[in-house]
Amino acid sequence: MRTPAVLTVLGEDRVGIVATVSRALAEANTNIEDIRQTILGRIFTMTMLVTVDEERVPFDELQRRLADVGKDLGMQITLQREDVFRFMHRI
Amino acid sequence: MHFTPEEIVETLTMITRHHLDVRTITLGLSLAGCADSDIDLMARRVYERITFAAAELMPLAQQLEREYGIPIINKRIAVTPVAQLAAATQATDLMPLAQALDRAAAAVGIDFIGGFSALVHKGICDADARLIASIPQALATTERVCASVNVATTRAGINMDAVLAMAQTVLDTAQATADRDSVGCAKLVVFANMVEDNPFMAGAVHGSGEPDVVVNVGISGPGVVRAVVESLPLDADLTTVAEAIKATAFKITRLGELVAREAADRMGVARGIVDLSLAPTPVEGDSVAEIIEAMGVGRCGGPGTTAALALLNDAVKKGGAMATSSAGGLSGAFIPVSEDAGMIRAAESGALSIEKLEAMTSVCSVGLDMIAIPGDTPVETIASIIADEAAIGVINAKTTAVRLLPAIGKKVGERLSFGGLLGEAPVMPVNAWAGSVFARRGGRFPAPLGGLRN
Repeated sequence: MRTPAVLTVLGEDRVGIVATVSRALAEANTNIEDIRQTILGRIFTMTMLVTVDEERVPFDELQRRLADVGKDLGMQITLQREDVFRFMHRI
Repeated sequence: MHFTPEEIVETLTMITRHHLDVRTITLGLSLAGCADSDIDLMARRVYERITFAAAELMPLAQQLEREYGIPIINKRIAVTPVAQLAAATQATDLMPLAQALDRAAAAVGIDFIGGFSALVHKGICDADARLIASIPQALATTERVCASVNVATTRAGINMDAVLAMAQTVLDTAQATADRDSVGCAKLVVFANMVEDNPFMAGAVHGSGEPDVVVNVGISGPGVVRAVVESLPLDADLTTVAEAIKATAFKITRLGELVAREAADRMGVARGIVDLSLAPTPVEGDSVAEIIEAMGVGRCGGPGTTAALALLNDAVKKGGAMATSSAGGLSGAFIPVSEDAGMIRAAESGALSIEKLEAMTSVCSVGLDMIAIPGDTPVETIASIIADEAAIGVINAKTTAVRLLPAIGKKVGERLSFGGLLGEAPVMPVNAWAGSVFARRGGRFPAPLGGLRN
C-alpha cells in the first residue's frame, strides 16, 4: 500500500537536515513528492509531501525511524497521514 | 505541495499547544439479542457480546492516533438501555448485568461503558423500576458502568414521579459512594429528551433506532477555540468573533469526521454520528469558561455569559454542520463545572451560581453538569432542580440533563475531588426556597403545545 503522508521537521536550522531525513526516507523506499522549507516564527520548518511504501516499511516503523532521526538532529519530526490536512484545510 | 507550511504548522500547533484531540470514539452496541429470563445466562451473553464486538476498539483507536498524529482521549462503549433487557427476566437484583458490563469494559480496556439506563418519560415499567432501584448499588460496586434515566420528552412532558424517584436515587448513590467523594453520582445522568446516539459519558446509550454496531465520535477543542478568540484584537466585533469560531469549528469537526469514517470502515461497522460538542477537560486552557472570558466577559457567570455562550454554541454548530453531514448526539458546548478549570475558578469566586448555569443550559448542551451541592440538600430540592432543567429541555425541544453531586458531610466552599477527566467540584450553594410540596405532587407535567407537531 502506498500511503500519502506529510512529514514535518521543526527546530533550529543546522547543516544536514535535508540530507539526513532524505536518507532515512530513501532507505524506506519513501518517495518525496514535494518539499518546502521556511522560517515560521523564528523556527526552521521543513514540510514534505511523501508517499510511504508500506509494503517495504510499515507506517509505524517509519515513524519510529524518523523519531530516532529527530532525536539525533535535536529536532521534532512528525509523520502523519495526508488526509488529516486535506480534511482540515480543504473543503 | 497541496498544503502550505502555515497550514501544516497550524494543525501541529493546535495539537501540541492547544489540546486539539478527538474526545471520544464510542462504539454503540445493541444487546437486544442477549435477553433471557435467566439473568446469569443473560449476563454471560452480555459479556461475550461486548468483548467480541469491541475487541478491536482499543488497538484500532491507538493505531489511528499514531497514523494521524491526533490524540484520541477516550474509547468507550454505549449499549442498549439495560432496562429493556431486564424486561425479559423477573430477577429483582440486576447486579449481574451491571457486573457483566463492568468486567467486559475492563476486558477490552475502556474506562466507561454507558447504558445502565431506562426511559421512563411517560411511565415506569416494572423493569424500569427494578433498574432504577439497582442504580446506587450498581454505581457503588462497579468502576466503569454509567447510568442514565430519561424522565421527560417534548412529546410526553415530564414524568414527575420519575423525577422524584431519580432525586432520591441521586442522594442514595451519593450515600453509597460517600467514601469516594460521591463518585457514583458522576456516573449518573437524569435526562430530558435523551438522544439515542450520544457518544459522551455518562449519558451514552445505544438507542433502539440504531444499527447493531455503530461508531460515534465526539470532537473536542475548547483550547483551540480559546486560542483563536484570544488572538483577535479586543475591538474585534462579535460577527468577527463568530466567524473565527465557525472556521475553527469546521477544522476541528473535519478531524472528527475523518476519524469517524476511518474507525467505522476499518472495524467494518456502520458509521454513526459526529457530535459537535465542545467538551472541556480540567487541563488549564482547555476550558469553555475561558472561551467566554476570552470573548470579553469579566468572569464566566457574570452578565454577558449567556449571550457569549449562545454565540459560541451557534458558531460551533454552523462550522461543524459544514464539516460533517452526520452531525448528531448532543452537539453543543458542554459546561461541566468540575471538568473545566475556568468554571471551577468562576464558581469559587462567586461569579458563577447554579441559577446562572441553569440559564446557560437554555442556550447550549447539555445541562446542570458535574455540580457539587451540599450533602444535606433535601430530596425535594434536588427533584425541583431536575424539574426546572427538564422544563427547559421540554419547552425548548432540546436535550437537557442533570448530573448533581451531593457532597455527603461537606458544605459550601469544600471540594469533591475525583482526579482525571472528572476533575474537582467546589460545593456550590443551593437556593433554599424549593419548598416541599411542588416536587411531591407527582403525576405528569403535560406535554407542551410545542410537542404537538403533526
